[in-house]
Amino acid sequence: MSGPNTEYDPVQVTPLGEAEVARMREDALTAIAQATDLAALKQARADHTGDRSPLALANREIGALPPQARQETGQRVGQARGAVSQALAQRQQVLEAEHEERSLVADTVDVTLPWDRQAPGARHPITTTSERLMDVFVAMGWEIAEGPVVEAEWLNFDALNLGADHPARTMQDTFWTEPAENAVVLRTHTSPVQARTMLTRTPPIYVVCPGRVFRTDPFDATHSPMFHQIEGLVVDEGISMAHLRGSLDHMLAALFGEGIRTRFRPSYFPFTEPSAEMDMVCFVCRGEEPAVETCRTCRGEGWIELGGCGVVNPRVLTACGIDSERYSGFAFGFGIDRMAMFRHDAADLRDMFEGDVRFSSAFGSEV
Amino acid sequence: MRAPMSWVREYVDLPAEVSVEDVAARLTALGLKLEALERPGHDMSGPLVVGRVLTMEPEPQKNGKTINWCSVDVGAANGTGEPQGIVCGAHNFEPGDLVVVVLPGGVLPGPFEISARKTYGHTSAGMICSALELGLGDDALSSKGGIIVLPKDAGEPGDDAFDLLHLRDEVIEFEINPDRAYALSMRGVAREIALAYDVAFRDPALRKVPAGNDDGYPVRVAATDACPVFVTRTVTGFDPTAPSPAWLARRVQLAGMRSISLAVDVTNYVMLELGNPIHGYDADKLAGPIVVRRAEAGEHITTLDGQDRALDPADLLITDDSGPIGLAGVMGGESTELSPTTTTVVVEAAHFTPVGIFRTARRHKLPTEGARRWERGVDPTLPAAAADRVAELLVRYGGGQVAAGVTQLGQAPAQVPIDLPLDLPARVSGLVIDAATVEADLRAVGCEVQVVGDRLTAVPPPWRPDLTDPYDLVEEVVRQVGYDEVPSVLPPAPSGRGLTREQRLRRRVGRTLAGEGLVEVVSFPFVGDATFDRLGLPADDVLRHAVRLANPLSSEEPFYTTTLLPGLLEAAARNLGRGAPGVALFETGTVAFPRDVAAPILGVDRRPTDAELQALFDAVPDQPLFLGAVLAGERDRSGWWGKGRGASWEDAVGVVRRLAVELSVDVRIEAAQRAPWHPGRCARFFVGDDEFGHAGELHPRVCAAFDLPARSAAVEIDLDFLMRRAPDVVRAPRLSHFPVAKEDVALVVAADLASEVVAATLREGAGELCESVRLFDVYTGEQAGEGRKSLAFALRFRASDRTLTETETGEAKAAAVALAAQRHGAEQRA
Repeated sequence: MSGPNTEYDPVQVTPLGEAEVARMREDALTAIAQATDLAALKQARADHTGDRSPLALANREIGALPPQARQETGQRVGQARGAVSQALAQRQQVLEAEHEERSLVADTVDVTLPWDRQAPGARHPITTTSERLMDVFVAMGWEIAEGPVVEAEWLNFDALNLGADHPARTMQDTFWTEPAENAVVLRTHTSPVQARTMLTRTPPIYVVCPGRVFRTDPFDATHSPMFHQIEGLVVDEGISMAHLRGSLDHMLAALFGEGIRTRFRPSYFPFTEPSAEMDMVCFVCRGEEPAVETCRTCRGEGWIELGGCGVVNPRVLTACGIDSERYSGFAFGFGIDRMAMFRHDAADLRDMFEGDVRFSSAFGSEV
Repeated sequence: MRAPMSWVREYVDLPAEVSVEDVAARLTALGLKLEALERPGHDMSGPLVVGRVLTMEPEPQKNGKTINWCSVDVGAANGTGEPQGIVCGAHNFEPGDLVVVVLPGGVLPGPFEISARKTYGHTSAGMICSALELGLGDDALSSKGGIIVLPKDAGEPGDDAFDLLHLRDEVIEFEINPDRAYALSMRGVAREIALAYDVAFRDPALRKVPAGNDDGYPVRVAATDACPVFVTRTVTGFDPTAPSPAWLARRVQLAGMRSISLAVDVTNYVMLELGNPIHGYDADKLAGPIVVRRAEAGEHITTLDGQDRALDPADLLITDDSGPIGLAGVMGGESTELSPTTTTVVVEAAHFTPVGIFRTARRHKLPTEGARRWERGVDPTLPAAAADRVAELLVRYGGGQVAAGVTQLGQAPAQVPIDLPLDLPARVSGLVIDAATVEADLRAVGCEVQVVGDRLTAVPPPWRPDLTDPYDLVEEVVRQVGYDEVPSVLPPAPSGRGLTREQRLRRRVGRTLAGEGLVEVVSFPFVGDATFDRLGLPADDVLRHAVRLANPLSSEEPFYTTTLLPGLLEAAARNLGRGAPGVALFETGTVAFPRDVAAPILGVDRRPTDAELQALFDAVPDQPLFLGAVLAGERDRSGWWGKGRGASWEDAVGVVRRLAVELSVDVRIEAAQRAPWHPGRCARFFVGDDEFGHAGELHPRVCAAFDLPARSAAVEIDLDFLMRRAPDVVRAPRLSHFPVAKEDVALVVAADLASEVVAATLREGAGELCESVRLFDVYTGEQAGEGRKSLAFALRFRASDRTLTETETGEAKAAAVALAAQRHGAEQRA
């Protein structure tokens, strides 16, 4: 751009007449209006507002005009330039909107296309069922105790009032390890964790012990040499069978809904006295006629056998160093796999341990 | 324990209208658990009658068989009184015999409906029945598969045969727990029924028995600790051919035992009736006095089952001058067995204490009916009555007479009184139980009770050896009040601390891997040498030193595993075999490494000392929690997005990288050579200087051995270790808001140099200003040179307090490159 024209030379100056400015303005506005896309508009912008455009050149000349003409001409050119730039902006907006709309339409995809590039993972229903159970007890303020699977014979049996010559030892078909004198077994229940807990902690004790256990059962649709148990143990002052039942009822309500009743039947376990078998009312048919007749879950019984329970035998407390005069306790245990089986209506226990991904995947990551 | 209702009803005044279902339910509520309900004979219907064979004409047939065309007098049962014409294929009878005839319209088990039908040229109007056809089983009762020939005095033609043969009954099978050994007898079951219905009980063991004298069969008991009571009675002139009466054989059979011969059936019958196992000897085969003693080293016995058994010095024996003639309480010997020629029977009714019998039965793997009762505890007051009952039945059905001599050694030990606070049942159960109830309930189960103040002394009855502790008495009271009456009360809420850190992290690991597309499996931990061979483990590999099971399910897999990989690889192959295009599995589980130390068997009368406990805990095998994963086949599927990708080593290594991030642990990776991995594609992982696992591609031979596709990848790490290294609390980072400066650098290094090492060097050389070093390209073409490769890294620099100048970043980058050059001979590419 040229500076103020100090060397006044009227000969070089072309007067900027009203009509001329109006023509420039009209040319520009026409070009802008005729631009049908952003590229054309860019060209129009260059042509009519660029350095070499007529209005820019006209603007440059204003300084060279005689002072008396400057104001009027300046106003005229300024207005023209303002109108052009406003038209440009408006046209830009319109064209951009049009462009965006077109490109969005062009971007359209089939959102129903599958995205199964990688098969989803899953956790095992035994894991998730086990965690669900633990969560119920943790919410009650209990803690989770764990222990080794390959376990000392004394902890698996003797400490639990299952001496070497107790007939109940044969009730639990035990995997023994070699050499026999090492006195190590694959634990037949998670009860040694109870013993470990009592031996290493002081009451009050409120724990559940989930884990793997082993019995020498062949593998078929309803038996497995390995399965999972969860056992509960409470040792505190003034604990009774009523607390046992209350805890179980609460657990069942949390897992299966309100109103799941329990039933106790006398039974025998060396580590509890009195001992009971616990049943829960079938959560599907609730034992009610006529649903119970055709119920597959409880096979028409109305009840589902859950597991064993009872009052901790004072002999066990003594062997584990707990004052049985001051403290009493209860314990219970049942199969996690079995619960997962009936809770999810699974048909074949083998599915739990064969690792077929179609089985676990059905459960996702949470149960 | 199978209890025919007709039998137990003999001892209780149970109203006839009480159903067997109700009995089963009430006894289950009392502690005898219903196992099964059977109604033998209820699948049959008559007319089933006694018939007398009048004539039988043998008629040979073209097919080589000979049939008998019989006329049978069935009295008025056929409505005409005329003889029935019946075709019969059996030959073990003759005219004049009484047989069992099912007439047209009758139904035999099957169901098999009988009608008059034409066969072998005759119209056979009914069937002469064998025991098998009547569902009576194939034993002595059945005349060995032939038709049943009834005793001459069994009845008259036309008599209903259902009652005669005791065909119909109701049998409850109970599961008897070890503390209710008394219920392993009709006497015991009847006692429980009496308790359940509060009706009168007649004790079949209450009988007048002669006192012992010196004329009985001579017996000496050397092991009075194991055999405190020994009674014998002798029956002479016994007819060994006399059959068991049908009712007796049938009851023995319904109770689950085989009918063998009158003498054997009677001993079994009395055992079932009273609960005291009995043994009978052929007196003519006994040599000298019976001596009850422990075995001596080197002794052998041939037991009734024909097995020769080497005896253990702890085995309790019945012996005579010839040596061992019985494994006391477990099984008799062959040499003195009752046989079809036995005319003089010596009846042994002894009392054995549980422990020795349990050991002997287990040692010789002989879980006999006798052993099952002895090891749980038998009423020690029974022997005299039991022997007397056996003698009575033998003489009644087999003739002869009971000798006057009665051997009676020893006496039942006295019962030990138990002291019980009267409020204990209420305290233990949470029920309201008053003192009167406690007292009455204990009397009801046979205890002698004395109440003094707020305590009670109970002397248990002799049939309840299980009652030893106050809590045992509590159970007796509570089961009568009703277990189901126990109220439901939540215990006071303890103040727990929630999951432990390790428990929380384990869940996180599982969720992370599931999120990464891996599916969790749970597999059996049993492996064998062949498994280790398939993994390609060298002979001295530490993983081969595993806990060995004494009684594995399969002799091929006697070990508790030291690695999760076998189960995972097998599961992966199973999935691929079932049609999965690819599979990604993980498992977390403990493995076991033996410590080869014996675990002590401690006392149980007190808490072990800390030192004893420590020794116990230390002897248990080391069992770290491992994490394993396998990825095989297609990892990413092909699809509309493009081509898929097979699983490979980086997926396996990626599992550990992902977990390291998840658990905020700095994990270092090095190349390694370790079975079962590919020697050139195996990584090992460290935290600091501690190695915790491996990952990579499996060795091609391992893939082949496990039927997995080539390039299958696997990982196994000590998850316990990794979780322990996770920070308890992560320190929040300080974020710099100054701009980042980026520099790329390409370095040519030796082809076998691990990129991770170069990256670490760059990080070190670049100093504190360096925010990250990321490898973004690897080039191994010609331009890199022989045995060299080019690694391209993106470096990011940022300071916490200022915008870095170009000079600063340039110097940092130059320092990094210089250190790489110095340490690795790296050359920077332009």
